[in-house]
Amino acid sequence: MSKKHSVYPDVPKREKARKGTIWRVIKTIFKGYPVGASVALVCVIINAVVAATPAIYIQKVIAIVEEAITNKSAWDDVKGNVFLTIGILAATYVVSVLSSFAFYRLMAVITQGTLKNLRCEMFAKMETYPLRFFDSNSDGDIMSHYTNDVDTLRELISECLPQIMISGIIVSTLIGVMLYFSLWMTLVVIGSVVVMFLVTRKVGGMSAKHFMRQRKTIGKAEGFMEEMMHGQKVVKVFCHEDAAKADFDKINEELFKDTERANSYGNVLAPILNNIGNVLYVVLAFVSGVFLITHAKNVSFSGLAFDISVAVPFLNIAKQFAGNINRVSNQVTAVVMGLAGADRIFELIDQEPEQDSGYVTLVNAKVDEKGELTETSEHTGIWAWKHPHSAESTVTYERLMGDVRLFNVDFEYVEGKPVLHDISLYAKPGQKVAFVGATGAGKTTITNLLNRFYDIADGKIRYDGININKIKKSDLRRSLGIVLQDTNLFTGTVLENIRYGKLDATDEECIEAAKLTGADEFIERLPDGYNTWITGGGASLSQGQRQLISIARAAVANPPVMILDEATSSIDTRTEAIVQRGMDALMKGRTVFVIAHRLSTVKNANVIIVLDHGRSIERGSHDELIAMKGQYYSLYTGAFELE
Amino acid sequence: MFRKLLKCLREYKKVSILTPVFVGFEVVLECIIPFLTAELVGQIEKGCGMDVIVKYSIILLVMALASLAFGAVAGRTCAIATAGFAKNLRKDIFYRVQDFSFENIDKFSTSSLVTRLTTDVQFASMAFSLIIRVAVRSPFMLIFAFVMAFTMGGNLAWVFAVVVPFLGVGLFAIIKIVMPIFKKVFKKYDALNESVQENVKAIRVVKSFVREDYEQKKFEKASEDVRADFTRAERILAFNNPLMQVCLHINMIFVMTAGSAVVVNSMGAQLQVAQLSALLTYSFMILNSLMMISMIFVMITISIESCRRCVEVLDEESTIISPENGAKEIKDGSVDFNDVTFRYPGNNKVDALDHIDLHIPSGATVGIIGSTGSSKTTLIQLICRLYDATSGDVKVGGRNVKEYDLESLRTGVAVVLQKNILFSGTIKENLRWGDPDATDEELEEAARLACADEFINQFPEGYDTYIEQGGVNVSGGQKQRICIARALLKKPAILILDDSTSAVDTRTDAKIRKAMREYIPSTTKIIIAQRTASVEDADFIVVMDGGRINAVGSHKELMQTNEIYRDIYISQNKAGADDE
Repeated sequence: MSKKHSVYPDVPKREKARKGTIWRVIKTIFKGYPVGASVALVCVIINAVVAATPAIYIQKVIAIVEEAITNKSAWDDVKGNVFLTIGILAATYVVSVLSSFAFYRLMAVITQGTLKNLRCEMFAKMETYPLRFFDSNSDGDIMSHYTNDVDTLRELISECLPQIMISGIIVSTLIGVMLYFSLWMTLVVIGSVVVMFLVTRKVGGMSAKHFMRQRKTIGKAEGFMEEMMHGQKVVKVFCHEDAAKADFDKINEELFKDTERANSYGNVLAPILNNIGNVLYVVLAFVSGVFLITHAKNVSFSGLAFDISVAVPFLNIAKQFAGNINRVSNQVTAVVMGLAGADRIFELIDQEPEQDSGYVTLVNAKVDEKGELTETSEHTGIWAWKHPHSAESTVTYERLMGDVRLFNVDFEYVEGKPVLHDISLYAKPGQKVAFVGATGAGKTTITNLLNRFYDIADGKIRYDGININKIKKSDLRRSLGIVLQDTNLFTGTVLENIRYGKLDATDEECIEAAKLTGADEFIERLPDGYNTWITGGGASLSQGQRQLISIARAAVANPPVMILDEATSSIDTRTEAIVQRGMDALMKGRTVFVIAHRLSTVKNANVIIVLDHGRSIERGSHDELIAMKGQYYSLYTGAFELE
Repeated sequence: MFRKLLKCLREYKKVSILTPVFVGFEVVLECIIPFLTAELVGQIEKGCGMDVIVKYSIILLVMALASLAFGAVAGRTCAIATAGFAKNLRKDIFYRVQDFSFENIDKFSTSSLVTRLTTDVQFASMAFSLIIRVAVRSPFMLIFAFVMAFTMGGNLAWVFAVVVPFLGVGLFAIIKIVMPIFKKVFKKYDALNESVQENVKAIRVVKSFVREDYEQKKFEKASEDVRADFTRAERILAFNNPLMQVCLHINMIFVMTAGSAVVVNSMGAQLQVAQLSALLTYSFMILNSLMMISMIFVMITISIESCRRCVEVLDEESTIISPENGAKEIKDGSVDFNDVTFRYPGNNKVDALDHIDLHIPSGATVGIIGSTGSSKTTLIQLICRLYDATSGDVKVGGRNVKEYDLESLRTGVAVVLQKNILFSGTIKENLRWGDPDATDEELEEAARLACADEFINQFPEGYDTYIEQGGVNVSGGQKQRICIARALLKKPAILILDDSTSAVDTRTDAKIRKAMREYIPSTTKIIIAQRTASVEDADFIVVMDGGRINAVGSHKELMQTNEIYRDIYISQNKAGADDE
């Protein structure tokens, strides 16, 4: 069933992350890789610090050379000094390269590992969420957590965070180094950084704004293209090609304008920042020229006088400095997007899982000499509900029979919009109960309550006399088999799909189940028989064949109670006759709840219940209902539309 | 392939060419700036006056501003060219699809066409943007910086001759090793995501069978596999940055050592201290360009597949083309199948239609019945040339369908498809697909014939009710009736209903048939149905079985002579009305 009840109000997809997301990302990284991440952190710090220092050695070498020229010394005289300094430089380089190499290798492991951990956590948590969660989130939305959000997070972890950290450390080290050389020059550099920052914010902000707009237009355009592609055959039949082209042109033009604008801002940012760097270079050269000529007094940590040996490395530092600021600004969009992605991932992880306070469990049982039920560890084919009574601290066993009773059940998906009103019904073991009614009458809802996909608002449901709220959900569900209209086969072999019903079933048991339900015949004719690989939910099989496999899957589970929800609705009447044999075999000796559109499917039920707007309006056997000449009669004679 | 893609440029050719030109200017300026700066510093060193400094500073400032201007303009033209390229490519693909036949559409499948229009176009345009901007910039910068380095540093620049190939080979080797791994792992990654999707869709099954833990373990294993492969690839990629650093460092050490020697030996005549730093700037430019080139290489490799997929659509020739000067007039509503055989293209080994001979006089009402897979739909699709017969002729109004102008034929032969679709828009807009010029009265008339007027009038906004995408806000029966009304508006000579009233109750179904009999008596009506009740009153009924005509006759005759028909009738009437 693909009904979407909007349980939660529509929250617009967050574009901006909540506060603290960044810390949570970092915490997640360190939790998965406490040692690796720490080592990586140390490596990146070493690398960044070392990357900032060459300027000092360059300055030294240049100073030596300058001095040599001034003193007219020969190369051989100064060469020792030069080599020594460069030797130290080379040594720092080796450290830097090694640490950088170690860092990137570690990051490869950490990034992918962290993503895997998050992915698995998301999936594990998702599996525990109640159906309400899946009702209120579209499949596409849930999927985008695994695809888009994980991708943006990957970029954040493996590229943005390290880049920002490296640049941050380099920039602060460089400020130290610059101050070591000259305070005045440092101020010039910092002044230009402020300008760069402002430009980034302005242009970057415009770019981000247009990107958001472009994303919306893309969504719209893709929606249109998807609709047109899916409706292409209708377009053909109506010779609507030219009109489709005209509509397309309009949307395409809009998309062009938004894309062009968003990219323009993005593209322009880089040359602007780059050339502010250049202008900075010129200004510095000019200022240092002025300083050199006027012999202005230098203020610095090193106490060095301002001469050419200071000016030259300083220019390089400034370049490096601007470059790093540049790199950080380029990361801004990616960071914003990465954090938003991380936030959405955490949001998925933080949902409330399905609650289960049931304590009655399903156990293998055997009848002992005294004729009483006792628990056993081996598989006997007899099942019993193990019911501990905490008040008397005793345990009683109740044989699993498949007796289901509903007492005055009310239910609403959304508060204030009741779907079921005062439903009471019973199914004795082995009986077949059918629900009939228009879409939205509440047929599927009742079955959803039986296996506690949702909890009732008022009333009581008893299974073999036990209130189902006391039964552990997993045990309750194991005792209820289900066959849906959507067959939902999984990627894997036919055999694996059948075994899904009972994981420890032998091949023989699976084949036996297939034979019982009449699926064996066509499976044997498949190219690889039971080992035929199924993909895309069984796209290569016919609807009837898929349904047969899903019936075999339910058969191998061998539950005492079966729910058949529109199991044969999308099969034509002749194919249904074949599937019906499988169904009949499956239903034999079980309590069965059947929901069907097609009245032929429900005719032989013990009880037919006609539902209308959440109320049970008629009940009885087929013959009784026909004699009543009520709603069922008019449905049966086709005078009433089941919609 | 690329020539084909470049044809999409059209009005954006100018900006596309201008972009690399501007980028070129930008690069030249960027490369000259360090050179002039070195000159300036050199001058200062020599103790020049303030006037020289001012002169150089102004020149440099102008150059920086010019470079900024070129860069900004190039960025803008690049954005226009790229967005324009994407626009035209998307348009060409969309237009091409509009001309596709059913066969072409089946070949590509709709979801693949959507991917081509969206993701693939995006990749192709990204590659295009890289090519006109970065792919010009990087090699150009590489060469120009080389030249400048040689001009300035003379023999010192030879160090690049060593370092550049070293880095180049290194980067290339990394790509060579990593690309196949990535290709493989991306496939696994897709499979992983598909399994998530499968799980989300099947959550009710997962929960009913209590398979949460099982699914979780399965997922864990698959994602561990993906993780391991990705890690392997990225660990190799981790060589990239250190490799680049090594090259830079070698360069630096060499330039520092050898440079110092040259400076001291020549007493600053051959090489000045300031030039030393400029040389280092160039070395950074050169190596960085190389890095960019390798990145572009990767990006282009990735997008080649997308480009290929786009071109594939552009290259596809429609298998059904309207003949030139085709007949525009359909004489009457008669339909003739003369020994028609049809096989779906592709690897199908079985004929979908096997030697069909069928003659329908104009104005007749014909029912077609048969189980799924008996080729009922295939049969009627040949009438309006949605497919062409493999052999034999199909005639409409006494003339072969291939001789008609396609649009005239399809207007004259209206089909209400089995898998029908309403488009997002108002009911009115949807109805006007049948006839864009229809008046409101005509729309209402058609809706009345299709028994759609009752429920449309009940909607608060009547004919202006907005249909959501996929028609999710109307019921199946309502959708079918709107679709019938839409087809009626074409005022066709032949109306084909392909299982178009399956969700409509029997009484309304009968009412629609009655209306058609009374109001459009001269139109030939062909009705495919699951229910025998829908065809009982037809002039004659065709029973299809396995691509052949099993029997033709009236309800009465078939009940007596045909087993299949009787079977279907009994299965439905014993069970009562089939209300699917």
